[in-house]
Parts: sequence; C-alpha cells; structure tokens
Amino acid sequence: MASIWEYANPVKFMRLTDRVLPWVSVLAGITLAVGLVWGFFFTPDDYRQGSTVKIIYLHVPAALMAINAWFMMLVASLIWLIRRHHVSALAAKAAAPVGAIMTVIALITGALWGQPMWGTWWAWDPRLTSFLILFLFYLGYIALWEAIEDSDTAADLTAVLCLVGSVFAILSRYAVNFWNQGLHQGASLSLDKEENVADVFYQPLLFAIAGFGLLFLALVLLRTRTEIRLRRTKALIAREKMA
Amino acid sequence: MKALLFRDLQLAMRAGGGFGLGLSFFLIVTVLVPFGVGPESALLSRIAAGVLWIGALLACLLSLDRIFALDWEDGSLDLLATSPLPLEAVCVAKALVHWLTTGLPLTITAPLLGLLLSLPDGGFLWVFISLAVGTPALSFIGMFGAALTVGIKRGGLLLSLLVLPLYVPTLIFGAEIARRGVEGLSVSVPLMLLSGITLGTLALLPFVSALVLRINLR
Repeated sequence: MASIWEYANPVKFMRLTDRVLPWVSVLAGITLAVGLVWGFFFTPDDYRQGSTVKIIYLHVPAALMAINAWFMMLVASLIWLIRRHHVSALAAKAAAPVGAIMTVIALITGALWGQPMWGTWWAWDPRLTSFLILFLFYLGYIALWEAIEDSDTAADLTAVLCLVGSVFAILSRYAVNFWNQGLHQGASLSLDKEENVADVFYQPLLFAIAGFGLLFLALVLLRTRTEIRLRRTKALIAREKMA
Repeated sequence: MKALLFRDLQLAMRAGGGFGLGLSFFLIVTVLVPFGVGPESALLSRIAAGVLWIGALLACLLSLDRIFALDWEDGSLDLLATSPLPLEAVCVAKALVHWLTTGLPLTITAPLLGLLLSLPDGGFLWVFISLAVGTPALSFIGMFGAALTVGIKRGGLLLSLLVLPLYVPTLIFGAEIARRGVEGLSVSVPLMLLSGITLGTLALLPFVSALVLRINLR
C-alpha cells in the first residue's frame, strides 16, 4: 500500500507533482474566477456597506490562507525535525513567502475596507495587530533561511524558529486581546452559529476560499519543485568541482 | 557552572561595553523621548511607564549578540559544549549573566529615570516590579535568538528581527502592569500572566537554545 511517506522521496515527489500540478493550477484558476466573478458582479450590494462588502472575497480567503500557511509550515517543520525528510523542509521554505504575501493581501484589503467602514485605515485592534505580528514572524523566518549558508543547518534552525515562533504567535494573539478591545467583527463564517454572513454572500465566498486554497497549494508545489531542482543543480556543481 | 557564571560576569565587567553601554543607551532613549513628544508633564506622565518599558527592551536587545558571539569566535563555545557541564546549563548561565549585567541594572535605574519623565507617584513601585519580573524573560528569549544567529556573520540586525516579535507578549503584559499601577487599578492578572511567561521561558528555552547551539556547532 502506498503511504504518504513515499513522497518524501524527491524523485517520486517530482513525478507525482509533475502530473498533479497542472490540474491543481487550472482548478485553482477556475474556482478563483468563479468565486471572484460571482462575488464581484452577481451578488447584491449590502444595504449598509454598499459595494465595499465585496472586499470580503479577497480579504477573508487571504487571511485564512495566511494563518493556514503558517500552520502548514509548522507541520512540515515537525516532519523535518522528526523524520528528516528533505522535501518537507523545502516545502516549509517554499510556503513562507506565499504566506507572507497572503498576510500582506489581508492587511491591505483590510485597510481598504476599514477606511470607508470604520473611517480609518488602521486601528490597533487585536486581530489587525496580531496579523501585523504574524507578518513580522514570516519576515524573520524568511530572513533566517536566507542568512544561513549550509542548507541542513538552515532547515534545522528555521524549523526550531517556526516551533518557538508558533508558541509566541499564539501567546501574542491572546496578549493583544487583553491589551485592547477591537473594532473588527467576530467570527461570522462558523458552521455552528446562528448569526452568519447571509447565504447570497456565503456561497461565492466558499468558492473564493477554495480558490485561494488551491492557489496556495499550486504555488507551494511549484516553489517546492524549484527548490528541489535548485538543490540538484547545487549537487551537480559540487560533483563537477570534485571531479 | 558557578565558575562559568563568575568568568562571564568578570568578562562583562572588565571588558566594558556590555555593562555601561546598555544603561547609557537606556538613559539616552529616555532623554530623547521628551524631545520627540514635547515637554508637557501631563503627556509625559501618561506615557512614562510605556517609554521605560520600551527603553529597557531596546537596551536589552543591544547586548544580546554578545551572549554567545565572543565565545563562538575564540572557540571556547566548542570547549563548553564538550565539557562535562550540560549545554543547557551553559545556556542558563549565559542568560543569567546577561540578566545580571543588563536586566537588573535597568530595573534598578528605571524608577530614577521615571523622575525625568514625571512618572506619577503610584507608578514607581509597579514599574520596578514589572521590570524585575519581566526582564528575565527578555534575557532568556534573547538568549534563544542569540543561539539561533550565532553562526551568522553580522547577525545583529537579523537577531533583532527575530527577537523583537518574540518580545511582544512580555512587553504587553509588562507595560500593562505599569499602566494599571499608575492608574491605581488591580494588577494581579497581568502580573500573573507575566510571571507565567517568565517562568515558562526560564523552564523551556534553555533546552531549545542548547538544541539550537548543537545544530550550530555541528
């Protein structure tokens, strides 16, 4: 029986992703297009927020992906530290810039939405603040990868940073709650709540979220493949120097 | 471990730089703030506690890269790693020395500098207590950052980028204690949370830092 660990073998990983990646990319494009076009042009304006409510189709999926990207890096780092699969370390490295960009998208769309709604681009609200802190964590993580030359040492150190950083990120999340009350609304997409976003907005939003998820998957696969190829060329160059 | 503690303390005292520099930096930051925001004492007394905390945090940051860098360069870190003393204990000793040479003096001088910022009367005690409880956490978190970046040439800037986000919870609770103390509110909740952070970092980060050092020394 094929286990998931087989794809820790770079050759098998490359063979699988070579077949899967085009499909994922196309699917990501289609769902994104459906979600965004539906959301932008075929939903009514909100009676209080007007058409600004449509920023939700970029803001919410990007914010979700920003957090999930860090979570994926955490899992990949753990796999690297425990089972020493190089593909896992490279996947964590590949996910970091994507996650950082998602964080920026969430922050910028949030600012654009906050300006007409709250009358301010930025407020020191717990959610906004923790996103800014998350962005700083991404920057530190990426910078540490860049700074260390030996690739295994870099993988180890960034993995440890990711673990420690996760603990502190969660701590900060609750600390800022304590520090300031927020303008940002509470969760309104939960499956088990009475009061949620209305169905007309909800359905295209699900498409947009799925689209962002697939987009993230496609980008991470692509970047992981690039990292693996980069590793191979380095090995080839080293071998030629030895000969 | 005692020997290591005393050796590092003596080095820090005699080599200069580490000991006085942090304090002078703290003084300068506190002096610069009124230039930046204006001299009205009403405004100053409102932000005094927060300014003292940020100044202490930055002064702490200043001397972090010295925790392991000198021993790394002359190879004594390799000796320490192969000595019978566990590397975890070395990390504890290093962080303690860092605290004794920066955190403790900062804590003692902070109320004095509070005078310059017209800190309200009720605030002196709580600024002192919050710094006394919080600065060990700053030293231990910083020690972890220093262990991460020890092998990197000119890692000082990277060290700040890595460590500052980790300082966020400590700063929030520490400044909150000082602020509530100034306003005469109950401080027990943030004080307990800050103590929790300090004890947690004391308990866990030496192990993580030793792990990171072993990776770096490989």
